[in-house]
Amino acid sequence: MNIHTLHNQYKAALVKEKRLVRFYQLLIFIAFFSGWEIASRFKWIDQLIFSSPSKIWSLFLTKISDGTLVNHLSITLAETVLGFIIGTLLGTLLAAILWWSPFLSRVLDPYLVILNAMPKVALGPILIVALGPGFTSIITMGAIISVIITTIVVYTAFKGVDPNYLLVLQTFGANRFQTFKEAVLPASFPTIISTLKVNVGLSWVGVIVGEFLVSSKGLGYLITYGFQVFNFNLVLLSLMIIAVCATVMYQLVELLEKALIKNDR
Amino acid sequence: MNFLTINHVDHTYFSKQTATPALQNINLSIEKGEFISFLGPSGCGKTTLLSIIAGLFPPTAGTVLLEGQPVLSRDELSIGYMLQQDYLFPWKTIGQNITLGLKLLKHDKEASLSTAMKLLQDVGLPGVEHQYPRELSGGMRQRAALARTLAVDPKILLLDEPFSALDYQTKLKLEDLVSETLKAYGKTAVLVTHDIGESIAMSDRIYLFAAHPGRIHKVFEVPNELRLLTPFQARNHPSYSSLFQTIWKELESLEHSYTA
Repeated sequence: MNIHTLHNQYKAALVKEKRLVRFYQLLIFIAFFSGWEIASRFKWIDQLIFSSPSKIWSLFLTKISDGTLVNHLSITLAETVLGFIIGTLLGTLLAAILWWSPFLSRVLDPYLVILNAMPKVALGPILIVALGPGFTSIITMGAIISVIITTIVVYTAFKGVDPNYLLVLQTFGANRFQTFKEAVLPASFPTIISTLKVNVGLSWVGVIVGEFLVSSKGLGYLITYGFQVFNFNLVLLSLMIIAVCATVMYQLVELLEKALIKNDR
Repeated sequence: MNFLTINHVDHTYFSKQTATPALQNINLSIEKGEFISFLGPSGCGKTTLLSIIAGLFPPTAGTVLLEGQPVLSRDELSIGYMLQQDYLFPWKTIGQNITLGLKLLKHDKEASLSTAMKLLQDVGLPGVEHQYPRELSGGMRQRAALARTLAVDPKILLLDEPFSALDYQTKLKLEDLVSETLKAYGKTAVLVTHDIGESIAMSDRIYLFAAHPGRIHKVFEVPNELRLLTPFQARNHPSYSSLFQTIWKELESLEHSYTA
């Protein structure tokens, strides 16, 4: 057997495995939703609480056609994306400041620990009173929930950069800003990307809790409203949409990762 | 006037518990174009001295003068530093890595690039400027690191065991390349090593260091017939073995004096 056929066999085996993975993924998906539908139809589970895929789907179609869903979704999405971006940028900026001044970082260390340990959503009522019940306070919630953990994780990455890279720059007479730009920041991109992935989830939490509290617009509002009028079709529909949107955001972060980190093996 | 002068340099490392003397009363001077080696066991302060020459931190006492000026207060870039590993930035292409120093010095981009191309040619790596470091072998990467160091046209090159992480064959080839390149560019160089053979093959003069605290134990002049040869040829010359034996015995006697 020559190398060419062996190589083809190897490639075919790879393709086969990939197909198998996709098949089982699809199988779980279908099994979950059809199981749910059947359990609901045969009243194995309480229809009122757990709804059913078909009911959620028909609600989805009505809500799409009357335009309310798009309206709520676009508001929540805008809040989440903004909260996510502000939280990550602010966290990275704070990390950069801490890296810049080791003295400041030693001074602030206990405060970061306290702020990180504190449940940020508990600040919600104060934010709403301070910033008004609307867009601004909800975005702040989305940002505040991720900013401290981003600061801590990214700062740790900045500090962990191999000192020999800094030595190389020092022998070239680089100043602190150049050192940061040429070595510290690019060396920390992998960590920044992984905090982005965590922050996708966190911003959704912040924004949905914010909307729970403000209760006027958005998917979080639909959830509380559905809960109050005991319409669990609406609650589950909102949850599904959040799941889809969060997944899409996560995939976008992965695309960014591919564009940013060129030196992965 | 001497090119590089080191006067009464002492250095001590401080920690909470102890003060460890790393260097004691180091005096030496180097002429322009010379290649000298610091040879010694680990813990003899060779790398500390190299960092002080590079102006990375001031010595506890004493002065280091390059062309009559203290190294710490010089404005222009005068030091090239090569480390045990290449430390090429993995997120930059070879071309970007080599022009890094020039970029930091705000040199013209086009001119920097042509300098980089010429240097790559000189170190035997033509046409790799668009590749990333991971695509190159260890020896090629260390050659690219040499090109990066030379790109800023430093007055003196400090080599901190740059061959120790390479396999033997690559190391021998690279010794020849570095030696020839430095001669061609007329550079002064200081090599830190624990390899007796390497120091004989490459340098004009060898400073043998003793440890605890680090101090110069003895100075060996490499005979003229070896200096004229490439490192590889020098290793096969009869004078090489005799000098090797002399230094070996000196190192042995140093070790005995510690254990005794």
